[in-house]
Amino acid sequence: MTFFIVTLIKIVIVFAVFMTTLAYLQWIERKVLAHIQSRTGPLRVGPHGLMQPLADVFKLLTKEDVFPPFVNRFFYLLAPFIAVCLALITISIVPFGPEIEVAGVRTYMQIGDVHVGILLVLAITAVSVYGVALAGWSSNNKYSLLGGLRSSAQMISYELPLSLAIVSPLLLANQLSFRAISDSQAGYYLGFIPRWNIFQAPFPQIFAFIIFLIAAFAETNRIPFDLPEAENELVAGFHTEYSSMKFACFFMAEYANIVNITCVATLLFLGAWHPLFPAPYSNWVAPLVFLLAALSCFAQAAQPRRKNDQYTFPLFGVVFLVLTAIFVVAALEIVPVLSTILLSIFWFLAKVGLLIFAFIWVRGTLPRFRYDQLMHFAWTFLFPVSLLNLLITGLLVALFPERI
Amino acid sequence: MDTVLFIIFAIVAIVAGFNVVLQRHPISSALSLVGVMGSLAVLYLLLGAEFMAMAQMIVYGGAVMVLFIFVIMLLNAGAEKPSSKAWFAQIAGLPLLLAFIATLGFLIYSALPGLRAVEFGSWTMGTAEEIGKLLFTQYLLPFEVISVLILIAILGAVVLALKEID
Repeated sequence: MTFFIVTLIKIVIVFAVFMTTLAYLQWIERKVLAHIQSRTGPLRVGPHGLMQPLADVFKLLTKEDVFPPFVNRFFYLLAPFIAVCLALITISIVPFGPEIEVAGVRTYMQIGDVHVGILLVLAITAVSVYGVALAGWSSNNKYSLLGGLRSSAQMISYELPLSLAIVSPLLLANQLSFRAISDSQAGYYLGFIPRWNIFQAPFPQIFAFIIFLIAAFAETNRIPFDLPEAENELVAGFHTEYSSMKFACFFMAEYANIVNITCVATLLFLGAWHPLFPAPYSNWVAPLVFLLAALSCFAQAAQPRRKNDQYTFPLFGVVFLVLTAIFVVAALEIVPVLSTILLSIFWFLAKVGLLIFAFIWVRGTLPRFRYDQLMHFAWTFLFPVSLLNLLITGLLVALFPERI
Repeated sequence: MDTVLFIIFAIVAIVAGFNVVLQRHPISSALSLVGVMGSLAVLYLLLGAEFMAMAQMIVYGGAVMVLFIFVIMLLNAGAEKPSSKAWFAQIAGLPLLLAFIATLGFLIYSALPGLRAVEFGSWTMGTAEEIGKLLFTQYLLPFEVISVLILIAILGAVVLALKEID
């Protein structure tokens, strides 16, 4: 019974946080892109446009639900449903921290651990092609069909380097479950180099990490590989004919996929929740970061660019100061459980956040590939390189079975 | 719980299997086949073959069926026209099918006399570790032979494709 209650609580927390993140990811992306391009980004709705995601949700919900006349009704409605459902599954097997004990109940900071966790993620990625492909086909529109075709070809091609890049850290971890993979990356070499898989002996997986990231861009249809929805060629690609909530489903699925793939990258390569350097010192990173954020807010408030800045920035500064205080308490380990929860979540989210920032950064900087370049790159460069990486890793793991 | 899940997904598998044949449009048939693959994966999972279940989803549910659908979309195949059935198929089709299934069931039962009802959760050899060990020790030769066979198939496909280009 306790198991059900605890799991229910975990599901509610993860779901609420995940959905909020998805909404605000849109705001973050628009803000970061705007600043890369020397604009201000969303600013009108709420202070600094912070209410923009809410406004967007209301806009999408209240918009007219256009139903084009010559679509295949069943598949037209099924496609966004498939896309969003599959995108929301992965987060349920992601571990955010170690085992904790709250009020006598021992539990993991994870909704559920699957023995074949990483294979489940691969299976979901493989099946989620249907959402896009069906959307393109059932819309009965040339542009949509081309978008769907491009997307399925691209996702099949990039799934190969993606899977091969995943296999090499698995060789080091010897396990398929996310919890075991995360646990295998705990500890430090010589007391300060973390045993994350990108630093792991005998063969650091830095190349696999880069291959994984490139393939992840293609799997999530993000910018250098966003040919399925290239707006100057295909209007909007596979979701041209979708409006209102059905469009919102695709939108949500896209962002959910970004969060999922960055979570998987963090778990496989960046040592999950394990900090960059050993414990008593790494505890102070979180307070330091939040203190710096608070200070920069106050500095901004001292020279307000806009009228509202003199009220909003001090408020943000105070919020960051409160966070600093909380994490100072966590760093001092006054309540051990609380510090475990807060610090592991901080490190996990910091890594995921950095990767998501890299995704947005790439979107702001790189131009789009041409279609033949895309396929050429996947099959003649990425695939052989990932194969080579796998061979070297396998050889070294076989030669040094007793690792340091 | 296991039995309930088994009944649900067995029904889904059978209904989707019939749907593959009954649907007029190739895409509907192909997607029903995906449904069959998915529910078979759940049945594997119930039996304890977790690795097999995931491989089923990745390879059949994902790669193979996506290629099917890709080709159907690319060829833009329309819905089939119902053909006028031969009188023999109309009269004897269903009975012959039932007789075939019954014969198959009888043959399996007589070939494997020690068959008992399955207990869910009693078999735990389906992990990736166990399958890997078996593949690389006991079944090494078949494993390698199959990989050579697949390599030959790939080469054959390449040769045929090159012929088209010339």
